[in-house]
Amino acid sequence: MFIKQVTVFIENESGKLSEVLDILNEFKIDIRALSIADTKDYGLLRMIVDKPFVAEKALKEKGYIVKVHDVIAIRINNEPGGLLKALHLLKEYKIDVMYLYAFVSEGNKEKASVMLKVSDRVKALEIFKENGISFINGEEIQELN
Amino acid sequence: MKNNNEYLERESLKKIQSEKLVKLVDRMYKNVKVFKDRCDSLNIKIEDIKSIDDLSKLPFSSKIDLRDNYPYGLFACPMDKVVRIHASSGTTGKQIVVGYTKKDIDIWNECLIRAFKAAKISKKDYLQNAFGYGLFTGGLGIHEAATALGAKVIPSSTGNTERQLTTMMDFGTTAITATPSYLEYLTEEIEAKNIKDKIKLKTAICGAEPWGETLRKSIESRLNIKAYDIYGLSEIMGPGVAYECECQCGMHFNEDHFIPEILVPDTNIPVKDGEVGELVITTLDKEAFPLIRFRTHDLASIYKEKCSCGRTFKRITKIKGRTDDMLIIRGVNVFPSQIEEILLKTSNGVTPNYQIIVDRVNSTDTLEIKVELTEELFSDDVKTIETITQNIKDAIRSTLGLGAKITLVAPKTIDRSEGKAKRVIDKRIIL
Repeated sequence: MFIKQVTVFIENESGKLSEVLDILNEFKIDIRALSIADTKDYGLLRMIVDKPFVAEKALKEKGYIVKVHDVIAIRINNEPGGLLKALHLLKEYKIDVMYLYAFVSEGNKEKASVMLKVSDRVKALEIFKENGISFINGEEIQELN
Repeated sequence: MKNNNEYLERESLKKIQSEKLVKLVDRMYKNVKVFKDRCDSLNIKIEDIKSIDDLSKLPFSSKIDLRDNYPYGLFACPMDKVVRIHASSGTTGKQIVVGYTKKDIDIWNECLIRAFKAAKISKKDYLQNAFGYGLFTGGLGIHEAATALGAKVIPSSTGNTERQLTTMMDFGTTAITATPSYLEYLTEEIEAKNIKDKIKLKTAICGAEPWGETLRKSIESRLNIKAYDIYGLSEIMGPGVAYECECQCGMHFNEDHFIPEILVPDTNIPVKDGEVGELVITTLDKEAFPLIRFRTHDLASIYKEKCSCGRTFKRITKIKGRTDDMLIIRGVNVFPSQIEEILLKTSNGVTPNYQIIVDRVNSTDTLEIKVELTEELFSDDVKTIETITQNIKDAIRSTLGLGAKITLVAPKTIDRSEGKAKRVIDKRIIL
């Protein structure tokens, strides 16, 4: 299902990433997954954290531009071709992937978690459900208040 | 060839100017409502204007008048008589419009022919005109006058340096008109390609942006040419309002057509002799678009002594700066307010904090706009953000005709002094 992702704008300057992570550390926020989209001039830090709204508030207070919004989180088998089933479905229904990132946790090496942003998330959710793709329930790993 | 007005005795010149001024005031009072209303409301009696000594009784005009009366509200002749329309940057997104009758164009040609002759450019020359063609007065102004002079005009316009150099070599260019920074760039390219001995250039006339003696001497010695300064602005006419002679010691003001005043910007009283102040110009002959006491916002001073070339027209110094925040980038007049307006239109309704950074890299002006990111502009995907910066870039290109680099920066990273962001950083050094 949907999971809350925290996106932060980071300028391409040394030390900027650690500044953000220092703030999260100060508020005892646990990062579950993280990716950076890098461009020539800036980066977008995308994170799944345990307390997204606490993270948002803490970063905004320090003057960062932050956005909390839903991405689709699915669970796939951690084996060759594991992601393909989901991607083939998106292709079939002409849904574009804007970005995705994945991680495997030490505790469960059988499965991998994938965060996705797609051009039509409602439709994507629907076809994933119909085709037996399993979701990660955001509430299991995030406190949403 | 000393039987023209450039060599008139000052007394005779003053007489001509005074006669023209009286007629001008009468013509404008009858034909330009804005001028009439202003005189009436300030209780200025046009009958009191008897000579140029009375000029200071008349009200000022400014770029704001051009904006408020866009497009033709300040035209002083029937539109039937207008044969040319040019435009220039306004202080906001909207351009300002100026017009010319056939006679206005003839006078413009006359002024520029004086400039050509003073720079020893004659009908024998192959003149490569590297000023931009289009609404900008530089390109067509020079083109027509050089044609009237009888020179072989090569309308190369701006840009495409490779082709400019090939043209210069193959066509045998002997004179060039360009912005000084572009000529400097061409000079560097000529050196880099080691083609100096294939070039026959001997004269350049440069204008449309500030430059100094150091750059002039550098270009002159590297290309073994003479480089002359020229002054003008679209509101008054275009290039050729003032021009340098062989003495290269200030630009002779075409005083039989334009009256210069140098005023203290805050008090509007004339500066003491030789001091720098705001150049204010009255057009004496223009039929389509006359202006009385137009505030140019250019800072300059005037030499009153007679020039050793024999011309009696007063000379103005190079432009020393501006009284407003106008920037000249690659010869294009840019007001920060224009950029602010573009940002407002392209940033989802909230004007972000911004800073304009102008620099000169390899003799070419660069324009960078730093934009502080706002919540409204932010997105979790790069494509959406890049679309916004591209839209800003496109809007600047279509409004100003300039390429700009748009850099998104984190909030509160643009320096603020007394809480207010410094809007413009001009790193260029005028050599």
